[in-house]
Amino acid sequence: MRLKVRSRWTAVAAAVMAGVLGLSACGGGDRAAQPTQGGGDAKKQVEVFSWWTGPGEADGLQAMRKIFEERNPSYTFFDAAVAGGSGDKAKALLQSKLQAGTPPDTFQGHAGAELQGYIKAGDLEELNSLYDELKLREVLPAQLIEQISVEGKIYSVPVNIHRSNVLWFNPAVLKEAGVAGAPKTLEEFVAALEKVKAKGRIPLSVGSEWTVTHLLESVLLGSLGTDAYNALFKPGADWNSPQVTRALEQFKTILSYAGDPQDDWQPAAKQVADGEAAFNVMGDWAYGYFHNPPEGGLGKQSKTDFDWAPAPGTEGTYLWLSDSFTLPKGAKNRDGALAWLKVAASKEGQDAFNPKKGSIPARKDADRSLYTDYLADALKDWSGDKLAGSIQHGVAVNQPWLAAINEAVGLFIGTKDVPALQKALADAAQAHAQ
Amino acid sequence: MTGARQAPGRACRARLEEMLVRRVRTWLPGLLLVAPSIVAIGVFVYGMLGWNFRLAMTDKHDEVSEGRFVGLENFIGLWDQPRWHISVNHAIMFTIVFVLGALVLGWFLAFLMEKGIRGEGTFRAIYLFPMAISFVATGIVWRWLMNSGMEERAVGFNRLFDAIGLPQWQWFRDPDWGMAAMALPAIWQMSGYVMALFLAGFRGVPEELREAARVDGCTEWGVYRHVVLPLLRPVTLSALIILGHISLKVFDLIVAVSGKQIITDVPAVFMWVAVFDSHDPAKGATIASYIVLSVAVFVIPYLIWSVRKERRS
Repeated sequence: MRLKVRSRWTAVAAAVMAGVLGLSACGGGDRAAQPTQGGGDAKKQVEVFSWWTGPGEADGLQAMRKIFEERNPSYTFFDAAVAGGSGDKAKALLQSKLQAGTPPDTFQGHAGAELQGYIKAGDLEELNSLYDELKLREVLPAQLIEQISVEGKIYSVPVNIHRSNVLWFNPAVLKEAGVAGAPKTLEEFVAALEKVKAKGRIPLSVGSEWTVTHLLESVLLGSLGTDAYNALFKPGADWNSPQVTRALEQFKTILSYAGDPQDDWQPAAKQVADGEAAFNVMGDWAYGYFHNPPEGGLGKQSKTDFDWAPAPGTEGTYLWLSDSFTLPKGAKNRDGALAWLKVAASKEGQDAFNPKKGSIPARKDADRSLYTDYLADALKDWSGDKLAGSIQHGVAVNQPWLAAINEAVGLFIGTKDVPALQKALADAAQAHAQ
Repeated sequence: MTGARQAPGRACRARLEEMLVRRVRTWLPGLLLVAPSIVAIGVFVYGMLGWNFRLAMTDKHDEVSEGRFVGLENFIGLWDQPRWHISVNHAIMFTIVFVLGALVLGWFLAFLMEKGIRGEGTFRAIYLFPMAISFVATGIVWRWLMNSGMEERAVGFNRLFDAIGLPQWQWFRDPDWGMAAMALPAIWQMSGYVMALFLAGFRGVPEELREAARVDGCTEWGVYRHVVLPLLRPVTLSALIILGHISLKVFDLIVAVSGKQIITDVPAVFMWVAVFDSHDPAKGATIASYIVLSVAVFVIPYLIWSVRKERRS
């Protein structure tokens, strides 16, 4: 009997091994399907690496792809998108590709300091001549050009602009708590949070630890003001100043009103949409999540189910971030990559992409009629506001610096120790500012 | 010696050659068969281990710098970082709860099987199945089960606990005991495997020994206490080592349940952050070295023990 059992187990083990081998064979197949240099008269592939796989963003990419293929019949678009919010997994894979010397023809990156590591490692070509050829300096805001330039050189083409400092709120919950409208200053914000708390609702919803860093950047901007905030990221900046201490104390106070942390930003935003929570600070990609019909969104009515305002104390400033495309050195199909960058930089390309993605174009000459509701507000503010770069989304700080800030904030959530947070932030700035 | 070699002459040499050829014939095919594995393991395991340790002893704190030799500076410096202490404490708590939990539960399940439960085959399959699932899939399901929402926001276990009047809990978000909760999905996944190990062990205990103990007046509990358990010691040791090394390297489960958050940080997650977010290869390699060393604490005594045992038999 036991022998029989054993032989049966052997058979199972054999079947499992066969399955594993089969799977790994499939893996090999995948690899074989990856772009190879088309020999002969085959169309040349352009490998475009991004992390746009979600609803909205993937549609936007397809819309740009259509324009690209119409304009460039001799190239085929190869979509090398890697799933995963804010590109965590994509960036890890990209890094191994760059180290192996097999970069994609063009890859997505947050414009600004996030690209510094790649620039320092000599992975990117500068695009000044492309900017001159397309006269991009005239159609992109001067402040934006200034904030993405490294020693006078530009290494990426911004496709869209997102706003980080948006306060989302539930009008019904505010009314119930007796809060007249969106708070304008951090003091008003704390008072409003207190009123909501008294009604037994969650005053402020938060997600996983990165959403708390996201909150921190809006509080820093709201407390310090635009110029002092922007100065924090210059070499030799003073993170030990009493102004920063005060901002961090305010951050601690605000955080004390936060509800239980949710798994990610979506469940935290949903608490506001469902009327469980009053406020949430999140980037304007949340608008698509609130507004889009079920499948990709919650299907809520703007202004009644949810509403928005600049984060307290930050009115008149656009805390921005931008997705951009780059030209890696050693791209197999450099001309194809340049053709893609031209589409990404064009008015037509940006106007096709952005309404679907739920962001506004980086260009100033966009077709305003395409942008409605929240996006109309955003477009209006973008053309008039001062600019400040996002921390969490790679504009103001490079990747190692951001990792250090995230670590400091993660520890702070546990300890609530303001001096330790300030010291860690100051150390991070000293180690990584350049 | 020389005389002996000369005397038998040619015949002897021929026999010697024949013997040599026969010996080569016996071991050469075997050697050729395993040579690719030896080379592959040599390069990809030991070579890479050596490369990792070398990297950990340099100051290559970004991808572009050359990296000078700095000795054990990184290994010592890591202990100044509050996050490292947190991740080590988390790993220890996770390991204790997971290893003990899986051993006790696995043993208990095997004990029930051994007592001749009806439909043993079915139960055995049910308990073993979780092992076929990846930690990532387990993690995603348990993330929902262990959601920290309470009262009207409760889902998963908290909903169930609320319904039957048990206190609700923050699960893996609990600042003190979160990692104990994190060990639950791992226990769920691995206890079936431990059960299989113990069941094989139980079955390996000859019935005569138990009979003899019973004849000598042992109670049923006594039979287990004094006869079966001591004979299971080798199985327990194997299970301990297998669980221990899984536990110290745990990465996928943590990332699937909570992502890269400090509240559930463990050395392997810290290592990922150091390499891919902080872009600090030397720091990542240092953490990797500590993980290898901590696993070695489990594995090396086991290897010594099993080599000794083989020699004895």
